[in-house]
Amino acid sequence: MKEKLKMLQEKASEAFREAKEIKDVDELKVKYLGKKGELTRLLKDLGRLSAEERPIIGQFANDVRQDIETMLEETKKRLTAAEMERRMEKEKIDVTMPGKAQPEGHKHPMSIVIDELCDIFMGMGYEVAEGPEVEKDYYNFEALNIPKNHPARDEQDTFYINGEILLRTQTSPMQVRTMEKGKLPIRMVCPGAVYRSDEVDATHSPVFHQMEGLVVDKNITMGDLKGALITFARELFGEDVKVRFRPHHFPFTEPSAEMDVTCFACGGEGCRVCKGEGYIELLGCGMVHPKVLKMSGIDPEEYSGFAFGMGLERVAMQRYGITDLRLLFENDMKFLKQF
Amino acid sequence: MDVPMSWLKEYAPVTADLKDFMEDMTMSGSKVEGAVTMSGEIKNVVTGRINKIEKHPHADKLVVCKIEVGGGKELTIVTGAPNVKEGDYVPVALDHSMLADGTEIYTSDFRGVISEGMMCSIEELGFDRHDFPEAPEYGIYLFPEPVELGLDVTEAMDLKDDIVEFEITSNRPDCYSIVGIAREAAATYNIPFKYPELSVKEEGEGRAEDVVKVDIENPVLCPRYVARVVKNVKIGPSPRWMRKRLRAAGMRPINNIVDITNYVMLEMGHPMHAFSIETIKDSHIIVRNAKEGETITTLDGNVRQLDPSMLVIADTEKAVGIAGVMGGENSKIVEGSQAVLFECACFDGPNIRITAKKAGLRTDASSKYEKGIDPNLAIDAANRAAHLVELLGAGEVVPGVVDNYPGARTTWEISYSPEWINKFLGTNIPEKDMVEYFERVQLKVDPVNHIVTVPTFRPDIEAQADLAEEVARMYGYDKITETLASGTPTVGKKTYEQNITAMVKDTMVADGLCEAMTYSFESPKVFDKILLPADSPLRKTVTISNPLGEDFSVMRTVSFNGILNSLSTNYNRRNDSAALFEVARIYIPKALPVTELPDEIPTLTIGMYGNMDFFDLKGIVEHLTDVLGMKDKTEYETEKTLPWMHPGRTASVWINGENAGYLGELHPMVAKNYNIGTRVYLAVLDMPKLIANANRNVVYRALPKFPAITRDIAMLVKEDVTVKQIADEIKRNAGEYLEEVKLFDVYQGEQIEAGSKSVAYSISFRSADRTLSDGDIADPMQAIINGLANELGAQLRDK
Repeated sequence: MKEKLKMLQEKASEAFREAKEIKDVDELKVKYLGKKGELTRLLKDLGRLSAEERPIIGQFANDVRQDIETMLEETKKRLTAAEMERRMEKEKIDVTMPGKAQPEGHKHPMSIVIDELCDIFMGMGYEVAEGPEVEKDYYNFEALNIPKNHPARDEQDTFYINGEILLRTQTSPMQVRTMEKGKLPIRMVCPGAVYRSDEVDATHSPVFHQMEGLVVDKNITMGDLKGALITFARELFGEDVKVRFRPHHFPFTEPSAEMDVTCFACGGEGCRVCKGEGYIELLGCGMVHPKVLKMSGIDPEEYSGFAFGMGLERVAMQRYGITDLRLLFENDMKFLKQF
Repeated sequence: MDVPMSWLKEYAPVTADLKDFMEDMTMSGSKVEGAVTMSGEIKNVVTGRINKIEKHPHADKLVVCKIEVGGGKELTIVTGAPNVKEGDYVPVALDHSMLADGTEIYTSDFRGVISEGMMCSIEELGFDRHDFPEAPEYGIYLFPEPVELGLDVTEAMDLKDDIVEFEITSNRPDCYSIVGIAREAAATYNIPFKYPELSVKEEGEGRAEDVVKVDIENPVLCPRYVARVVKNVKIGPSPRWMRKRLRAAGMRPINNIVDITNYVMLEMGHPMHAFSIETIKDSHIIVRNAKEGETITTLDGNVRQLDPSMLVIADTEKAVGIAGVMGGENSKIVEGSQAVLFECACFDGPNIRITAKKAGLRTDASSKYEKGIDPNLAIDAANRAAHLVELLGAGEVVPGVVDNYPGARTTWEISYSPEWINKFLGTNIPEKDMVEYFERVQLKVDPVNHIVTVPTFRPDIEAQADLAEEVARMYGYDKITETLASGTPTVGKKTYEQNITAMVKDTMVADGLCEAMTYSFESPKVFDKILLPADSPLRKTVTISNPLGEDFSVMRTVSFNGILNSLSTNYNRRNDSAALFEVARIYIPKALPVTELPDEIPTLTIGMYGNMDFFDLKGIVEHLTDVLGMKDKTEYETEKTLPWMHPGRTASVWINGENAGYLGELHPMVAKNYNIGTRVYLAVLDMPKLIANANRNVVYRALPKFPAITRDIAMLVKEDVTVKQIADEIKRNAGEYLEEVKLFDVYQGEQIEAGSKSVAYSISFRSADRTLSDGDIADPMQAIINGLANELGAQLRDK
């Protein structure tokens, strides 16, 4: 009996070694361990053995069964791994082939710039406001200390709807609209479209964008104006940017200044872009004119403030190296997908 | 404003080098735009003497000159100029030299003779006979007197000067003059400022007031008229130094009298005019409004139509000049003029601007008047002109000045507080420094009572803040320490509307659309292009009264023209697909004519073409409504009333029962009008309605614990029954356990009766607290089937 078991064990061992596929293993399992399998059949004879032999042979038979089961598991593992390997080999692809395009959307470069500037100023405690583009002459000019016939009106070629209503030439009317609400203190920026009667060319457009800023509180100083705008310039252009404030004139601020930043093209050494100055004008600013405060219902004895305004197309064009303003309005997909 | 440095230095002894000067002036408030040298590009052009002239061996019209150019060096130069002779002193451009316009000169072969340079005409040096009247009309410039040989011509001919260009802001009309800039330069460097010499000997006969009479009929438009008279005038060229300065400042020299008026205008900033007194009828100047239909021929030879809004200078019978703009041909200074009237008058700036605009004639004088001129300057300018007449020996100045000045402008006082100024600027400037700054900019200071007296040439200084600016710019803007505002903290944020708008944009980008930017005004022809009926209210626009052209003349009342133009651009550049969106405003007038501000309504516009259909677009809109938490409240209905849309492929979008826009396929006729040869999909949604109905209050719902039961049904219906009708009918009868009704197939074609379609739904039921049995949904399913059959005539199909 023991001999028979041994032979069976060897036979099985041989068979498992030669098994090539998983289904062979399944067949072998039936053949040896199944209800009608060879081991089962052998064990039926167990009863005929003597009482002494029975536990010994029984034990041996169990060992054989276990051995076969182990072989079965190992063979299965071996074959599964081999089959997986074959499949992986069969499934191989050329990974250098291009990926499948996903639909990709992009924000307009102007939007990206506006969002970025808003984020910088929101981080400094400024609210974002918006206002009408078709505006009253009063808000665009009168209330900003630019009465009728003021020479500054000539500098801004204005589109008029009628004598009293126009397309705003600047975002500055939002200074007045914000102050008129009477809620103090004020820290706000206002991005938006403005209009001037300029023929379309590579650097001019009758529609363009500005961002206005206004701070009104007690004890606001010109030092605060500088502090806020230098912080802003560093956020936008990096810590190394150099900033210069030059005296200038705007009817609605006094003192007024223009802020220049280091030229992007030459880094401050002087080149054609900056006309050799090393600086490029970024924005206009100043302390809110007491007359403007007063007209908007704020007591200039108690409150002071500063304001600033900048053209945004220029920021976007410099940021991305765009040389023709018209590209911004054409909306060619090949252009828009670059941002 | 172009300022020759030599002229400026006469009144402010600036010693800084040019680069520093430009920087310093910019930082003290006079922005420098750039600088050029008067001699242009001239390089390596020297004085020479023609020692010998010989015939050219191979050319009849050329001669060969031996020219000595200093250091004993003699050059051979070939010329075709007819006017040279031996012994002449001439400008010589050497080998590797450059002329005023940048032309380079090299040694070269002239028909077998090597020419080592070129002799120059006055034009080649960048000037003309107005600058150098002695120069010949054609040919080489010959020095009138012997000069040292080998000298740089820019020195020999006095062509050297740096010309600095300043940007003058509108608040500082006084700086449109050499004197004004000199005043600023003196203040910048704290150096003495010198005023031009005004003394007049008045050696002519008689009294000015006996020679001419001046009447101002309109003192509002002409607050002052100063006249000086010069007799025995000798017209001729002005001296070289004056011609040089005029040219350097950008004016052409003409003759001594005219040059004096221009010189004074540039130097003092006050326009002047010279009339020939013989041509003034009765020697009587009348400043009056022009008459209806009156005309005048101006100095430039053009006939100008006048109207009563314009001011003219007239005599007793005719206009002799348009006030402040240009003099008349009939009264101009000519060769034989004997007596001259110098006019130095003040005119109302705005009126001059309107007149110049109407006449289409903007002159140096008119632009100065527009900017505003201190009326107290007139007398100084008149005296300066008289002084120059005497200096040039151009005539005899008649004693006396005719000065008609009814309402004199006087100085004004402003009190200041050094503490307030320091607080305003955020500085700590000592009071005595402030006083010094005020004095440097020519303000009179009473330091005891803290009062400043402002001269009339600084009308921009009205209040204490203006004084603070003077202090700040003299102290230096760059020296003000930067600080961060103290005071009440504020929270930086966007409004709710801005945040929802940002979500809309982000969703569009997430769905693969690119953001566009288009003009908000357009041509009224757009309305025809989009097939809008003639009586459509959308044709009522906010219209620009002075547009750049018809194409930019009306504020848009429909949002999508810009997007369609952009799609057209993409299509015609052969981009095989394009998907754009824009959130931008439309402008709806409240009433016409416009009397109040229009409604500006932000609108989302989506436009696309390419490999897509209606349902791609609808998927984007559905995604958006989902993001905004309003998908369940949004419904779509067939929309046939929009003339620019495909009537069979357009849906109106209803949010909470309110129309919020539409989506669908553009009408092929409209696509054709925009030169787009493919199907275009367009959606337009009203942003305020999206914002009002957006719901971002997300509340968590428990995940299902029990399984759902799903039933599929397929049915035949008439083809015009919509899937929305079917889904609504199913939902109506499905009972409390209904979870979802999902369309999974619509089929028309073979095996389906014509005029019908097969529609299949998957309906799922679920309970939150137990596992449903078949029995639980038997009744609802029956009700659904009955409802579909009875209400919509649906025939259930076998699975």
